Amino acid sequence: MTQRRRPLSPEAAAVIRAQQAAGRFSRRSLFTGAGTVGLGAALAACGTSAPASSGGSDEEPSAVQDKSASEKVVNWANWTLYLDYDESTKTYPTLQAFSQETGIKASYDEAIEDNDSYYAKIQGQLRNGQDIGQDIVVFTDYMAARVIQQKYAQELDQARIPNAGNLLENLKTVSYDNGRKYSLTWQSGYAGLAWNKEKLPQGLKSVDDLWKPELKGKVEVLSEMRDTLGLIMLQQGVDPSGAFTADQFGNALDVLDEQLSSGQIRQVKGNSYTQDLISGDALAVIAWSGDITTLNAENGDKWEFAIPEAGGTMWSDNMLVPIGSPHKANAEALMNYYYDPEVAAQVAAYVSYVCPVQGAQEVMLASPDKEMQALAENPNIFPTEADLAKVKVFRALEGTEETEFSSEFQRVLGN
Amino acid sequence: MAALTPASVEPDELPRASGRQLRTVLLLLIPGLLWLGVFFVVPIFTLAGTSTQTPSGSGLPGEFVQTFHLANYWDAISAYRGHFARSFFYSILATLLCLAIGYPLAYLIAFRAGRLRNLLLVLVVAPFFTSFVLRTLAWRQILADDGWVVSALKWLHLIPSDLAVTASPIAVVAGITYNFLPFMVLPLYSSLERIDPRLIEAGGDLYGTSFTVLRKVTFPLSMPGVVAGTLLTFIPASGDYVNAALLGNTRTTMIGNVVESRFFRVVDYPTAAALSFILMAIILVLVILYVRRAGTEELV
Repeated sequence: MTQRRRPLSPEAAAVIRAQQAAGRFSRRSLFTGAGTVGLGAALAACGTSAPASSGGSDEEPSAVQDKSASEKVVNWANWTLYLDYDESTKTYPTLQAFSQETGIKASYDEAIEDNDSYYAKIQGQLRNGQDIGQDIVVFTDYMAARVIQQKYAQELDQARIPNAGNLLENLKTVSYDNGRKYSLTWQSGYAGLAWNKEKLPQGLKSVDDLWKPELKGKVEVLSEMRDTLGLIMLQQGVDPSGAFTADQFGNALDVLDEQLSSGQIRQVKGNSYTQDLISGDALAVIAWSGDITTLNAENGDKWEFAIPEAGGTMWSDNMLVPIGSPHKANAEALMNYYYDPEVAAQVAAYVSYVCPVQGAQEVMLASPDKEMQALAENPNIFPTEADLAKVKVFRALEGTEETEFSSEFQRVLGN
Repeated sequence: MAALTPASVEPDELPRASGRQLRTVLLLLIPGLLWLGVFFVVPIFTLAGTSTQTPSGSGLPGEFVQTFHLANYWDAISAYRGHFARSFFYSILATLLCLAIGYPLAYLIAFRAGRLRNLLLVLVVAPFFTSFVLRTLAWRQILADDGWVVSALKWLHLIPSDLAVTASPIAVVAGITYNFLPFMVLPLYSSLERIDPRLIEAGGDLYGTSFTVLRKVTFPLSMPGVVAGTLLTFIPASGDYVNAALLGNTRTTMIGNVVESRFFRVVDYPTAAALSFILMAIILVLVILYVRRAGTEELV
């Protein structure tokens, strides 16, 4: 590899930009919604908790007074395993450094299990413009698009985030937020295939390899519609970033239904598929890129991740300031801090997802730490052009499509 | 059954309350009524409202308008009949298993445990010290295909070599049984423990075999515990979705899972609310039928 100042080739960048019709996926549904036990179970068992019934969106919530100057705090809601963490001190090193540097007390909450459930949880308060107790939330493209469209996010003051200029060129303009007025990328990643390389030394090349008889009952796929069906559609020669039809979506769904009914697929999971890889219940899965790197680091080098030959999906998670947050300036300071390449490199080394900050790779290459240097060559953190050419971004679903497709998908999942 | 109850146990008639006592009673009721009003009555009307809403037409997920569209109920029933049937099948099965396991256990603790009684009671409650999600997750590790339990059973040829224990209906029912067992054991214990031992001795004196005494004396006297235990197990079990989500697969989903997915994944609040109401109605009917049949005046 030669010059890697700009990790993306112009054509790959163009591909991605064209595909930023902004669809994407929730990742990481820890325990498939176990966090929602209280509400769901209570609702189901005795109905003592009522859902906030939603009326129309006639009045738009307006932003509140910014109290950042007097209240030196910022509250950040993020996904699990998504920020560098020091096991021995039980702290987030980069976050602590931020607090020392700026005097802003940062609290970090792994509150988001997946896009859908977190959105459902905060939507009622957002609609009324209330403070949800978080000043930064992280949503995947399609959900960020919804939140911005519903005017639930505050406009960012670019002057306070000079480091935002370090954002990868291809992510600077996305269809749902032209010019990044409301959002800033946290991390990106792929969905592809992962397998246990001790048990399956020959590996997997395509989604169809998952349906081999010898893998019966040992396959798991993601509960994220856009990842699992995106991959199956690509295998069927349908581009999930293009204008596919409901029939083409249905064809992919039929494959999933058939493999579930025959018992080929053991279970459909969110983030917890990694536990089944560890226990051996699953040998081959549809997986998220960064998880496999983390898994190999923590449980012995046993698994391999690859983007299928027919292509994989790509997504980004984005930081947003919710409408009721009274600490927007503090949130902006935090965003600015994480767009410093030095800081971004530390985060990337831990989370192993695609780093959206230019210059982080150089920082890692120049690091005296051998491990850091090796990670700078990890294609899951700094994508190769070949990989980027193979991945697609699931297109935005229009109007009723969103509800219809997810309803059909849930039906196949037995819900 | 009433005939078996010794006359001395019969509760005295409540004395008629004077005006002042009535005021005290009302004052004492206020916190409870407020609680019920705020957290039960108001939500249940909101939920009823939600269950008859229809999409607002904006095309955005999660936006509905109140239209009193009662057809939501019919749509929900026809789409999820199978899930209701499965939920009640699993929860009734688990309740029976709980009773079968819990009764001997409660009997042992009440009559045969001697000095170990308190220790055994603590052990029954001990699992509550850990989060029940964690305990359920632990079962997934214990019963994993390559885990030692399943490996050992396979090595002994007790189960076929290609059988997976987790991600199956067996695991879901077992999970529910395990998680709700204490709710069965504790009421059973408290009603067995209150039985006057002289009645059991009398059964023996009248030449009843120990089995006959159990069947004709002990079990009928423990009916309040049986009814309380089965209700405490059955009602939450039919709405449970954690066990199905963690131990089952996509072909073992219960109605709770559907409510969860409708609510959080599809953002279809009306269907989720309608399903909750239908579930409540079915449980209510089943419970009324059951309590009438089991005839438990002593319960109250």
